[in-house]
Amino acid sequence: MNTDKTPILEARGLVKTFGRVVGLDGVDLELYPGEVLAVIGDNGAGKSTLIKCLTGAEIPDEGEIWLDDRLTRFKGPQDARAHGIETVYQNLALSPALDIAANLFLGREERKPGLLGSLLRVVDTKGMRRRARAELSALGITTLQDVTVPVENLSGGQRQAVAVARAAAFGSKVVVLDEPTAALGVRESNQVLELIRNLRDRGVPVILISHNMPHVFEVADRIHIQRLGKRAATITPETHSMTDAVAIMTGAREAGE
Amino acid sequence: MSQQSASEVPASAPDLAEEFLDRTTPLDRVRGVLHRHPAISPGIVLVLAVIVFGGLNDRFLEPSNLSLVTQQVAVVGTLALAQTLIILTAGIDLSVGAVMVLASMVIAQTTVNNGLPPLAGLGLGLAVGLAAGAANGFLVTRLKLPPFIVTLGSLNVFLALTLLYSGGATVRGRDMPSQLTLTGETFALGGVNISLGVVMMSVLYVAVALILHGTAWGRHVYAVGDDPEAARLAGIRVSRVLTSVYLASGAILAVAAWIQIGRSNAASPNIGVDLNLDSITAVVIGGTSLFGGRGAVWGTLLGALIVGVFRNGLSLAGLDVLWQTFAVGVLIIAAVSVDQWIRKARK
Repeated sequence: MNTDKTPILEARGLVKTFGRVVGLDGVDLELYPGEVLAVIGDNGAGKSTLIKCLTGAEIPDEGEIWLDDRLTRFKGPQDARAHGIETVYQNLALSPALDIAANLFLGREERKPGLLGSLLRVVDTKGMRRRARAELSALGITTLQDVTVPVENLSGGQRQAVAVARAAAFGSKVVVLDEPTAALGVRESNQVLELIRNLRDRGVPVILISHNMPHVFEVADRIHIQRLGKRAATITPETHSMTDAVAIMTGAREAGE
Repeated sequence: MSQQSASEVPASAPDLAEEFLDRTTPLDRVRGVLHRHPAISPGIVLVLAVIVFGGLNDRFLEPSNLSLVTQQVAVVGTLALAQTLIILTAGIDLSVGAVMVLASMVIAQTTVNNGLPPLAGLGLGLAVGLAAGAANGFLVTRLKLPPFIVTLGSLNVFLALTLLYSGGATVRGRDMPSQLTLTGETFALGGVNISLGVVMMSVLYVAVALILHGTAWGRHVYAVGDDPEAARLAGIRVSRVLTSVYLASGAILAVAAWIQIGRSNAASPNIGVDLNLDSITAVVIGGTSLFGGRGAVWGTLLGALIVGVFRNGLSLAGLDVLWQTFAVGVLIIAAVSVDQWIRKARK
């Protein structure tokens, strides 16, 4: 494996219990620069708990999270975001009535230069629209031509594109995508997978949580398989087949076999 | 990169085609425009109402009558502005009238009975508005109670406080220093007498509209009303935005109290307590959604004017005051029906 590189994000021995239920039972995870790491696992395997710990939505009971070779503890989702970990949630967290540009900059609006901005706190709507257009085309998103369209007028795939663009647009170190293709049709799924590849090609490492094996095998460089609160294996699409992955996921087979 | 975007175009082209296809009927296009510009439909209603009432009775369009309408609208319009801010966050404030009355009694009594300078009295009125807003905001954000329940409770609390504090007594305008009744003073503008209260209301509308459209705070108000969870995940401090909205509306209510004193040339614990429903009416007719996140203050101003024009026009037409109330009721239901229809524009 990529032992020659240091991981950008690394989890060591994460434990998280909910009462008597063990969500995570000492999980390790490494994410290397410029790769797409898929996280798969059956329901209840600890997939979402793992992701929540990595994105600050849950605080692990034990274990360490290293970001950029630094030990970090996230106090909440905002804290993780401040450290450069951007998450695209399944419900996308977009504001339907606001337009595309406003959604891209929601929570980090830019002000106009000069007194208008500093004294009267006027936002730079034109500048943000210009930057939104630039970011979208840099990500290769051509389905969003007009950034002044309210998000509620967009299709599911277009909304996903807005959410991914928002996560990728602000110099983030890691982008986490939770089931980005679950609600999408074939063509829209392909557009999102293309977007994930574009992100990786720009050097942004991606963690992809998905139930969809063909999608995982299409874009992932490595696949982290979660089983019974632990990491069962980390495989690559080159060395293992989809059948292998499902077998490891369900416990029918050990990783080494 | 250019190769990739070129290969994306065929995939996206059918998307655009579909969008054009289901936009073809003219009715849908009208609906789309109304959806993007929520102030258009109340604007049309207002123009039609003015034309109809002007045709029914010549006196309606006389300058003296028009200035009466604007003065009648000033208090409700200001309350409705505060109400709009709350409703944009998917809340509702049943206590706006009560807060205004309490503030007006504090302003009048501290200056007339306690001999405070008028500016200090007005300052105390502002403090009452801000305190009321802080109390409502605290209960909504910290105790997580629904705004309807919070303000239903605080409505009664503020009404009781008003009566306890004032002893039920009215303070007459001629006993007050002239600064307090200043808002009732008028000046002529093209034959129409405009009161300073109307000017203050207009200034507040312009200021709030500029702030809502021009600042990050304004966008956050809409985002919080639209989907509070999405706003939180986008990094907006939802409780903070909500608290600031209740504080801002409390400050506006204090100004409404001053306008009310000038308008009725008195501060009475009984004038204006029932205006909370009128303020909600103006907001709803103005096209702001009770579910939050959608609407504009201009719609509310139009809504307040529509109600004022209807009441005035119907009474000039010789109809009983009960029929005015009847008409306003019909207007509310019609406005919400049209609003629902417009909202179906694109789902």
